[in-house]
Amino acid sequence: MNYLRSTLARRRSGLGENEPIILMENVNKSYTAGVPALNNVNLHINKGEFVFIVGDSGSGKSTLIKLLLRELVPTSGRVYVNGTDVVRLKRRHVPKFRRNLGVVFQDFRLLKDRNVYENVAFAQRIIQMPNREIRKNVPSILSTVGLAGKYKARPKQLSGGEQQRVALARALVNKPSILLADEPTGNLDPKNSWEIMDLLEKINNDGTTVLVVTHNREIVNAMRKRVITMKKGIIVSDEEEGEYIDED
Amino acid sequence: MRINTLFYCIWQGFRNIFRNKWFTLASVATISACLFLFGLFYSILTNFQYIVKNAQQGVSVSVFFDEGTSDQRMQEIGEMITKRVEVREAQFVSAEETWEGFKEEYFGEYADGFTENVLADYAHYDVYMSDVSMQPALVTYLESIDGVRKVNQSAVTAQTLTGVNAIISYVTVGIIGILLAVSIFLISNTVTIGISVRKEEIQVMKYIGATDFFVRAPFVIEGMIIGVIGAVIPLAAVYIIYNQAMLYVAERFSYMSQLMQFLEAEVVFANLTPVCLGMGVGIGFIGSFTTVRRHLSV
Repeated sequence: MNYLRSTLARRRSGLGENEPIILMENVNKSYTAGVPALNNVNLHINKGEFVFIVGDSGSGKSTLIKLLLRELVPTSGRVYVNGTDVVRLKRRHVPKFRRNLGVVFQDFRLLKDRNVYENVAFAQRIIQMPNREIRKNVPSILSTVGLAGKYKARPKQLSGGEQQRVALARALVNKPSILLADEPTGNLDPKNSWEIMDLLEKINNDGTTVLVVTHNREIVNAMRKRVITMKKGIIVSDEEEGEYIDED
Repeated sequence: MRINTLFYCIWQGFRNIFRNKWFTLASVATISACLFLFGLFYSILTNFQYIVKNAQQGVSVSVFFDEGTSDQRMQEIGEMITKRVEVREAQFVSAEETWEGFKEEYFGEYADGFTENVLADYAHYDVYMSDVSMQPALVTYLESIDGVRKVNQSAVTAQTLTGVNAIISYVTVGIIGILLAVSIFLISNTVTIGISVRKEEIQVMKYIGATDFFVRAPFVIEGMIIGVIGAVIPLAAVYIIYNQAMLYVAERFSYMSQLMQFLEAEVVFANLTPVCLGMGVGIGFIGSFTTVRRHLSV
């Protein structure tokens, strides 16, 4: 009921008139028969939005992200990302599809044996960017995330906040239209968490659609963005300028 | 694909060798140990086969003619013998040559006292076979030729050599087969463990849009380089050991040199080198290719 109300509210405010960059229709996903991880999920995210997805462990947030990344396919329903029908996407086309998505993880997932520059440049090499462009783009994005001076450092020489900035730089260097952040502040102290969120907001202001899965109540409540709350595989609320709803 | 992407993949393959030093060392050590044993057994068994083959080449049957057989008929019989597939060589020994050889062997310095050739009817052919196991069939044929009085053969020698040859062949196939299976198991296990440790790295690559080729190429190149290094080390070791062993045998057991001749190192290594390199590279390639594939479905 909440979901319908908020969707209608959004449509009344004119947001629904835009072309959705993420669209999920009647999506179900079960890992084992009869136990749904996602239950009839409908989601509509427009270009340029900043959306929080919140919920307890096991609520289906990670499954949702995995479906958007085409790591999983739904048991039924339709998923469109950037206009691509993710369900029908052939395996060989998945790499190209993912190049339009930036991904940030809670545990940073940097290549530990490479320095900051190489970690970010790696994303550019994957899209076969010429070397002269890589030499231009990587320092530029490292400046954006405030790590220009640490390009030679290895991940283990950096703080958690700095490692997450490297992960952000890597996710953004190919200028994706969508940034998916799975618990980006989960391993960070409050100061670093806010710095990362400020960066995400800045990235969003530059036109990138940002989807953040988080447990961080303080951040969600302070930022006043769209908040989608999930519980047991169902979207239980979807609020513009929402708050972290305590389901208990 | 851009050429710089290809070079990048190759370069990363080389860099991975140094990035993952312990994995490299473990893999090279495993491949080297397996191929060293393989090379050692191969060298020993190849020499056994060579010795037996040499012994077989010395085995002959002697074909004697009926009394009064003309020279023309003897020549005809010779032609019939050399046409047989079992026959490698047939040497005609005249009655005079037979008598001279007999005198020298049995009478020595007293031979001059014998003037008359008592072996006048012992002109014969010494027939050498391409394969001793065919001796019974050849003897049956020779005995059926018109004008042949008798055929002398050493059935025991032929049977023994045939048996030894068969045993060596079975042992060779068995040992090499077992070593090969153990090598493939150990090496692919080492490669599997080494790559599984880097599963997360593969996942990260896939999440940010790397193609399977882009992820796999450095691992495969790394595997092949490890395979080459793992093959070159035992080859060098076996080469040195082989040459030292040949020198030792030649010095210490010189009296055996007539009896046993060993293969030159170059002959053994002409086959062993490509086989070992092929095994090293092949196992490195297949091991890394299949292991990475398991982690690609992200």
